[in-house]
Amino acid sequence: MRIERGDIELAGVCKSYDGVVNAVDGVNLRIADGAYCCFIGPSGCGKTTILRMIAGHEDPTAGEIVIGGHNVVGLPPVQRRTAMMFQSYALFPHLTVRENIAFALQVRGQSKAERLRAADAMIEKVRLTQFADRLPAQLSGGQQQRVALARAAITEPRVLLLDEPLSALDEQLRVQMRQELRRMQRELGITFIHVTHTQLEAIALADLVVVMEQGRIKQAGPAREVYAHPRDRYVAEFMGGQNVLSGRVAKVNGGSFLLKQGAREAIEVPLQARRGIGVGDTIDIAVRRDDVALVRPGASLPPGCGTALPSRVTAIEYQGYFVKVMLDTVPDDEFVAYVPEKTFFADPFNVGDVVLATWVADRARPLA
Amino acid sequence: MPSSSSTSRSSLTGWLYVSPLVGVLVPFFLAPILVVLAASFFGSDGFGGLTPGFTLANYVEVLHSALTLKLYLATIKFTVLTWIFTLLIGFFVAYFLVFHVRNQLLAIGLFLLCTVPFWTSNIIRMISWIPLLGKEGLINAALISTGVIRQPLEVLLFSDLAVVIAYVHQLTIFMIVPIFNAMARIDKRLIEAAIDAGASRFDILRLIVVPMAKSGIALGSIFVVSIVMGDFFVVKVMSGGGSASVVSAFYEDVGVLQYPTAAASAVLLTLVLVAIVSLILRSVDIRREITR
Repeated sequence: MRIERGDIELAGVCKSYDGVVNAVDGVNLRIADGAYCCFIGPSGCGKTTILRMIAGHEDPTAGEIVIGGHNVVGLPPVQRRTAMMFQSYALFPHLTVRENIAFALQVRGQSKAERLRAADAMIEKVRLTQFADRLPAQLSGGQQQRVALARAAITEPRVLLLDEPLSALDEQLRVQMRQELRRMQRELGITFIHVTHTQLEAIALADLVVVMEQGRIKQAGPAREVYAHPRDRYVAEFMGGQNVLSGRVAKVNGGSFLLKQGAREAIEVPLQARRGIGVGDTIDIAVRRDDVALVRPGASLPPGCGTALPSRVTAIEYQGYFVKVMLDTVPDDEFVAYVPEKTFFADPFNVGDVVLATWVADRARPLA
Repeated sequence: MPSSSSTSRSSLTGWLYVSPLVGVLVPFFLAPILVVLAASFFGSDGFGGLTPGFTLANYVEVLHSALTLKLYLATIKFTVLTWIFTLLIGFFVAYFLVFHVRNQLLAIGLFLLCTVPFWTSNIIRMISWIPLLGKEGLINAALISTGVIRQPLEVLLFSDLAVVIAYVHQLTIFMIVPIFNAMARIDKRLIEAAIDAGASRFDILRLIVVPMAKSGIALGSIFVVSIVMGDFFVVKVMSGGGSASVVSAFYEDVGVLQYPTAAASAVLLTLVLVAIVSLILRSVDIRREITR
């Protein structure tokens, strides 16, 4: 059996280490051949366990893992044609860069000349030629990461599994290596599955973002969909960039409903066709932080804005092209407006100022 | 001048740091070695008295004796055999404990179990082989009662075999401990990475575990080799006087009050051991491996 395609299907995959708690709890997912997929979630959410099960370093307690049309549960990694890049790389410290990269070919019984030639070609691809004879300890973090990538890619896997590949690098290098990963993925044309806990990394890289919590998938979809249209409060808060407000439905009109929050003014939220929302339901809504506009009390609202929530500015952070303005709009939750730099400095606010937070009515979305 | 006073102060601190080590090494190591070295060049009156002076006669006597070569060969034979068996057993016990016992608490428990025999004295442990290996011992009795042999095997006790068995029994722990320690420091993810690359269990052993446990193997080898080369008691007891080692010769010399020749033999053995140990250290950079 030779697996030729790198499409992956997880069907009802469960993993329990102690027989009581499921670390991975009934995961169903389809990943297309040649896709870049990011699993994201807090530590302990089961994302690494899923990765390790796809890699064949862990067996699922229940469910099927199908790669290229074959159920691979029970097969060793070599037969799955997967390769894994380990967290902090797990390079063999006693072998040189070249020997590390040629290792998989060595254990496959390739002759020395042949495998060193293949390794050198791969070393060139990851631009490490001048470091080929060094030991891993003599390399920088970014170089080690490239060695790990080359070592995983040399067997021409159909699926490359990356366990927090960028977490050991500093910020600047991380952005640089992120691009390199994406470039390698395009060049190799294979499926990449990348586990991370950084949402920026996930949305920058992935074709498919999978948000996890406590062993379950909360939402899976293209990066823009997950970021801009989070399904529920958890995803919205985890992916960031959203203000989440909760309240009680006061009134349902034709195309929208009114959300009432304590003694506050009602918020008008457009009604999504498929959802049944009744008066009295408690629901969450999300408004993107960059959709929130701030106006001074008494000034006229921008066109299309219905709701205006009076708030006090609690903190201001300059972020470069935008300014992060933190408000006390909602009693217990964070409420933040990302104001474009130019708009903010045309009429800057100070901490303690009272402002009206408003947004174009149809930008608010109800959450599940 | 301030700079020179601070230099002298820092060199004083340096001396203070090394003083405990110096305090131990000088009286317990350096002084005895120097005494032996000096004695090896002294003459003897044949009744235990030393006549100070400088003579190479003791070395000439030791080196000219056909017995010296014979004893070295015998000792090296015991050393090599003991080294091979302790290495094989020690390596695989450590390997099992580190890589196959999943529960770390259990691994440490089993590791401590390996040290249980050391709670009793060396001599008791050695003597306890006698009822097992003796002519009417357990092994012979079992073999005779099952009909495998009709005459008891004489070779089991008071033989070279018995000597090697006793050495292996005594010294395997000296292999297990450093090898266990070296293996325990191997990151388990390296093993997983090797499996991921398609390595078989044997490949992992050959290409990852052995190279990375090299420092432990070298340390254990130094312990075992230097203990066997410097021992005479086990040979004496377990061979029943049938075999001898290099050190037995000095023991005899000391017994007949030939201190200078005993000292010369001791210096010679020390040189041989230094050569062997430096050979081992040459193949493994222990200092680098340990600080890794």
